[in-house]
Amino acid sequence: MKINGVRIDPTFAEAFPMKATRMIITATNLKWATIAAQTLTGFATSVIACGCEAGIERELSAEETPDGRPGVSVLMFAMDDKGLAKQVETRAGQCALTSCTAALFAGVYSDTSIPLGKNLRFFGDGYQISKVIGGRRYWRIPVMNGEFVVEEKTGVVKGIGGGNFLILARTRLQALAACEVAVEAMRRVPNIVMPFPGGVVGSGSKVGSKYPFLHVSTNEAFCPTLKGLVDSQLDPEIESVMEIVIDGLSEEDIRTAMRVGIRAACTLGPENGICRISAGNYGGKLGPYHFPLQEILA
Amino acid sequence: MSALTFHLKHVPEQRLDMSPLVCQNLRGRTADEIRSMTLDCGGSRVPVGELFDLSGSDCEDIVIEKACDRMDCVGRGLDGGRITVHGDVGAYAGMQMRRGEIVVRGSAGVLAGCEMGGGTLRIRGDCGDYLGGARSGNRRGMRGGTILVRGSVGVRAGDQMRRGKILIEGDAGDYLGSRMIAGTIAVMGRTGRHVGYAMARGTILLWRKTTIGANFANCGSHTATFLALLFASLRGYESRLADPDHEFHRVQRYAGDLARGGLGEILIRLQ
Repeated sequence: MKINGVRIDPTFAEAFPMKATRMIITATNLKWATIAAQTLTGFATSVIACGCEAGIERELSAEETPDGRPGVSVLMFAMDDKGLAKQVETRAGQCALTSCTAALFAGVYSDTSIPLGKNLRFFGDGYQISKVIGGRRYWRIPVMNGEFVVEEKTGVVKGIGGGNFLILARTRLQALAACEVAVEAMRRVPNIVMPFPGGVVGSGSKVGSKYPFLHVSTNEAFCPTLKGLVDSQLDPEIESVMEIVIDGLSEEDIRTAMRVGIRAACTLGPENGICRISAGNYGGKLGPYHFPLQEILA
Repeated sequence: MSALTFHLKHVPEQRLDMSPLVCQNLRGRTADEIRSMTLDCGGSRVPVGELFDLSGSDCEDIVIEKACDRMDCVGRGLDGGRITVHGDVGAYAGMQMRRGEIVVRGSAGVLAGCEMGGGTLRIRGDCGDYLGGARSGNRRGMRGGTILVRGSVGVRAGDQMRRGKILIEGDAGDYLGSRMIAGTIAVMGRTGRHVGYAMARGTILLWRKTTIGANFANCGSHTATFLALLFASLRGYESRLADPDHEFHRVQRYAGDLARGGLGEILIRLQ
């Protein structure tokens, strides 16, 4: 299968179940809401070492937020409720509470919930005020820049982590250009985030390692500098491979994002050095969700 | 199905306890069974059929026509459904209601919405003392739900209220929010003396300046982010409070009552 002359490998991306929540961060303007959101979702690329995966879902207009100020919607994923609760609480306290003019709200509601401001309120040292508005409890915590408003809890929903595709290009800059085009297009897809820096992974991994203390290691089959040395998946002309990882709230969301991203990357075509699209496939060892590239793009 | 309508035949000579006529008590009853129910009127029991003409059959939508201020306990303990009252009602309207909606198209007497736990009580006219308060001897007033009064209210509105919202478009008498435990009271009109007297927590939101006692600390002027949430929650009401033109976020904050820890607040709109 080819799209605009770019070969689509007959393979599939492999993903795994996660638990997810959405949070809405508002501030006095979009600049400061974005700063708060970027801080909250910082160091959240891979659940392997960060404890969670998170990213900015989209910007919100003042009409779309609970307090009528500009905001940003973020999605956060972890392996279980407990892990998610720990990350949400820690990051809310260290990143949202400390962001000037910020307020933090739940962005999703479900039967299962985890604390958002429930314990953060104690930062108020007894001066915090509870308000139940529209059946939801909010905490008003007096802080030096004014008052930090935070919703008591946020919902937990099922999510999927690790949706992905690989862009194989003649040069590193060409791979990066295609990734930028793909990420830009995928940012318009709801219910997904791309948690890695700029949405792109420069060092895709495989499960396992020769070292017993390491659970993941470099994916040598896609490392251009090892082409002649290992059982490489790369053609001779390919000098760079970059991966876009997608976490989403449903299989359909990830399918949509992959379709949008791959099609956007392929618009550059072979004349811009884009040779192939492949995917991270670990033979079923990683997770139960499979996203066949050719089926998604059919 | 049309609303189950109780049309008062004549004004009772004594006070009439209306508490049995709530949706949950009337479900599954025939019109004759409802007519044979008795209400306490003074010291005697009077059949509903002697006091009211009945029409309609929808027990979830009760209408009381030609109501008068001798009708006490209208909608007492209402647990879902809707009661619409054409005319005034006496004391204890909506007392201990848990869910549903009561609309009084006239005025209400003392202790309207007292000890209510949920639902919505709307009063088109004025209201007596102790709106949303606690009955004599009890230590907990309203603990949930919303009371909306289009007119003015008497003294001690929100006395000992624990949770919920009291929204008053008109004026409020003395001791507004006295002994308040928590919750929110909003008053668009004037307020009497001793606002927030002995309040422990909770918010009293005022559109107009008032005299603040020495038992409150002036915390200065602020932009209150949470007010946006509060005003957004009022948008669905048929009320001036729902009008975005009356919304504000800049307030002068007073914390008190200092004799009870100072965790309550009076917020006064800044122009």
